[in-house]
Amino acid sequence: MKHHRVLRIVSKLLIPFIMLFALYVQFHGDFGPGGGFQAGVIMASAFILYGLIFGLENARKVAPPAVVTCLVAAGVLIYAVTGYAGLLKGGNFLDYGVLGATQVAGQHLGILIIEFGVGTTVAASMITIFFLFAGRER
Amino acid sequence: MLFSAFSLLSAGLFVALDAVDVAFTEAAVGAGISTILALATLALTGARQEAGTHHKVAPLIVVIITGSVLIYASIDIPPVGDSQAPSHLHVAPRYLNQSMKEVGIPNVVTSVLASYRGYDTLGEVTVIFTAAVAVMILLGGRKGDDAGIKNEPPKDENLADDDGDGGTA
Repeated sequence: MKHHRVLRIVSKLLIPFIMLFALYVQFHGDFGPGGGFQAGVIMASAFILYGLIFGLENARKVAPPAVVTCLVAAGVLIYAVTGYAGLLKGGNFLDYGVLGATQVAGQHLGILIIEFGVGTTVAASMITIFFLFAGRER
Repeated sequence: MLFSAFSLLSAGLFVALDAVDVAFTEAAVGAGISTILALATLALTGARQEAGTHHKVAPLIVVIITGSVLIYASIDIPPVGDSQAPSHLHVAPRYLNQSMKEVGIPNVVTSVLASYRGYDTLGEVTVIFTAAVAVMILLGGRKGDDAGIKNEPPKDENLADDDGDGGTA
């Protein structure tokens, strides 16, 4: 897509805002619609747009597949470790209430962390799947 | 294309039903990512489909039976917005009434998803993780080989053909 100047410039302008929106959806999910799943997909779509416009090679430089693959697992790990942290603090598995000073504060913290884990896994998975699909030649 | 249009329409429908979170997901996943992946798949597969050797009657029977069972089941579904529906009487009142006290988050959807139903969400994340791993196994390059997807062994080509729709050109 080297000659599509309009597409390149518009997507250059849009990608930061898409990422910002993804972060907003990620960390504002407690108060408005959204959460890790949606944010992950939006974040991935920023990378996919970059890959579509500027080519797969450049996208691989921005998001190295080795790192992305690690992030796929890291998200699930963050989630599960948060669950076990509740166990270690004397609560039940995935009981965030014991993580903070008060029940509500703990719930806030736990939900923030596990949503981040969800977002990480979803974004990394989508980017990985896109890379693998787009990287195959006929 | 039809599917993505359908996804967008159902996202609008979910907004009309006040399920903004679901609409959000539907728009992002159904209309966005799925379309890109479907197009990527179309670009990978050939234009022609090989003539299938399987029967055409058996799938029809299965579809008819499943469809009639689903329609029969839909007779019992309570009307939209029925406050006495069984699904609104079990745990939903506790979630709606106690969420602010127990979890303290204005968005009840998030508190149900992340806190009350934490196990389920962990399962969902694991499903996505598994999907990514499955795609990596089927299509993927070797470990640590960043540009290695192009020069993969031809064995994978056959694998993808077996469950794909039609051979690669």
